[in-house]
Amino acid sequence: MAMAKTQLDNGQAEFTDNGGALRSPWKMAWRKLRRHKLAVMGMWVLILLHIFAIFADFFAPYSEVNTDRRRTYHPPTKIHIFHEGKLVRPFVYGYQRVDTLRNIYEEDTSQMYPIYFFVRGDKYNILGFESDLRLFGVEAPGRIYLFGADRYGRDIFSRLAYGGRRSLFIGVIGLVVSMSIGLIYGGVSGYFGGWVDNIMMRIAEIIISVPSFYLLLALSAVLPPNIPSDKRFMLIVFILAFIGWAGLARVIRGMVLSIRQTEFVAGAEAIGASQPRIIIRHILPNTMSYVIVNATLSIPSFILSESGLSFIGVGIQHPLASWGNMLSEALNLSSLTRYPWLLVPGFFIFVTVLSYSFFGDGLRDALDPRSRTV
Amino acid sequence: MYRYIVRRLIYVIPMLLGISSLSFFIMQLAPGDALTQMALSPDVTEEIMEAMRARFWLDQPPYMQYFRWIVQLLKGDMGHSFLWHAPVAWVIRQRVFNSLLLTVASLIVAWSLAIPIGIHSAVHQYSWSDKLLTFFAFIGVSIPNWFLGLLLLYLNLTRGWGLPIGGMTSIDFAEFTFWEKVVDLARHMVLPVIVLSTGTLASLMRYMRSNLLDVLRQDFVTTARAKGLAERVVIYKHAVRNAINPLITIFGFQLGGILGGASLTEIVMNWPGIGSLMLNAVQGQDYYLVMGNLVIGAVMLIIGNLTADVLLAASDPRIRYE
Repeated sequence: MAMAKTQLDNGQAEFTDNGGALRSPWKMAWRKLRRHKLAVMGMWVLILLHIFAIFADFFAPYSEVNTDRRRTYHPPTKIHIFHEGKLVRPFVYGYQRVDTLRNIYEEDTSQMYPIYFFVRGDKYNILGFESDLRLFGVEAPGRIYLFGADRYGRDIFSRLAYGGRRSLFIGVIGLVVSMSIGLIYGGVSGYFGGWVDNIMMRIAEIIISVPSFYLLLALSAVLPPNIPSDKRFMLIVFILAFIGWAGLARVIRGMVLSIRQTEFVAGAEAIGASQPRIIIRHILPNTMSYVIVNATLSIPSFILSESGLSFIGVGIQHPLASWGNMLSEALNLSSLTRYPWLLVPGFFIFVTVLSYSFFGDGLRDALDPRSRTV
Repeated sequence: MYRYIVRRLIYVIPMLLGISSLSFFIMQLAPGDALTQMALSPDVTEEIMEAMRARFWLDQPPYMQYFRWIVQLLKGDMGHSFLWHAPVAWVIRQRVFNSLLLTVASLIVAWSLAIPIGIHSAVHQYSWSDKLLTFFAFIGVSIPNWFLGLLLLYLNLTRGWGLPIGGMTSIDFAEFTFWEKVVDLARHMVLPVIVLSTGTLASLMRYMRSNLLDVLRQDFVTTARAKGLAERVVIYKHAVRNAINPLITIFGFQLGGILGGASLTEIVMNWPGIGSLMLNAVQGQDYYLVMGNLVIGAVMLIIGNLTADVLLAASDPRIRYE
């Protein structure tokens, strides 16, 4: 019933629009995207994940470096709502380590720690404001580990939130950098053509022809080990961008070559527009729909590269979290079998990549001019 | 066609010069060199260090080192590996076979499953089996190889699959008879091959499905059906052949990544291949080993791309290269 009504609404909108002003292509694309259920789902998952990461300070009960070495590999705490048969506010029990060698914990039902919302926790600094407000938490001697703890007793749930800042945004930032290089490089190369084009494309092909994982390894291994972590993060972003731009530049160049032949470019040249203006104002905007789709579909490869590098220990370094380096503890097979919650960050990477491919798929259908008749 | 191939091959030379110089100078950016670790040892005197540096040209400016490396390479000498205390060519040769074994096996698995599955999905479009397969394909494409490796290792250990974890052979491999060796090797290969073929399989079957769907909509398929040909003949003899064509390009790309593509999986699965070798080499600043790996990887990539172009031209008469 609801479906039929929406379709009716759409039909009416179509009708009035044809009589009045033309709808912009962006609105049409948005409309088509919304019909793509998986794409919309992917979009929402991504939005939620990014909010989770941006406001990590608020969502995470602990700071990412909050360690408790007496709680090595603490299992995920169970959340109870019944205490001695009575329904009470959600709470967790305290845990006792019964085997310090193999880190086996048991619930101690004599200690009860109710979960409170909007509590004061570890201090943080957001946009210059000091705060210690956190979404949830338990009273001090107790600890809540939704997804368990790592070797240093750090909360994996909290580290997921903080790690998301790096793992998710490395994709976005890396993409913006490599897109800008690729667009300008490809634009210039395609516009000028001739020997400029020849030389520029040969250089790009060199980058394309190096096995990218090897190049990544070599580049990240030369980063000095003692540089500050935020600088290291930026350097890794630039390394990823450095490897990613060339493929895009080549495609953009091809598109620019064909757009150059069109009449509106000849027109712009005739009225004396400068070359940078023609490239930036007239030619590159025509490559936009391709670029947007390509961007969405290539963010996962940035995320995967970063997490892969951090996983084998040459990317983001401890104690800072990234989804990749959180998983590196699982490389130790005895930890992997005893503390399977160490694998949780992998599922986050998986869900992120999956959402990007759903979203990118829908976006391609929505923006592809050939599918516009549907 | 031959002129095209020759031109492409000639063109590889400046490209390799570019790639090797790029990687050489990247390695130079790192502080210290391959012998830094050695210099820390109290047993090694200043004179020995000087002699070692001179022997491996490390006392020369970087461009001279690079120049000498190129000259040696032309003579067929890829330099000396500091980590292995052996010639680079020898070290790489030890590992190449292992990597190839893994990647070729997983390519065979992926292709031989993907084509029939893709055909099935296309012929039964939107059936429950097609939907299920699509679902698995999305998962297969999205799961990072190394994470899948970890998951399988975990399941193997906790669910008692009894497969070997990591490595390529058992400790007592040398004492086995031939068939025992084969079985042992195969058992070690199971997990890494599953990991490596999953992603390829998932994307290949999607390609196969959409290609076949495109072909099935074309006029000649309608004509074939109108002639009264059996549906089997229409699909397998007419449609599938045309649908496989575009996949040849993908095969070429995979050929290019046949050496470097398995790196992370090799590291997770502890497989003694080129990928794990490269990681060690990079961490130990073993310049010539890194360079050797990069150059061989790049050559494979270039040859793979060229093969893709040539195969495509050979299979599709509409494509002609000048």
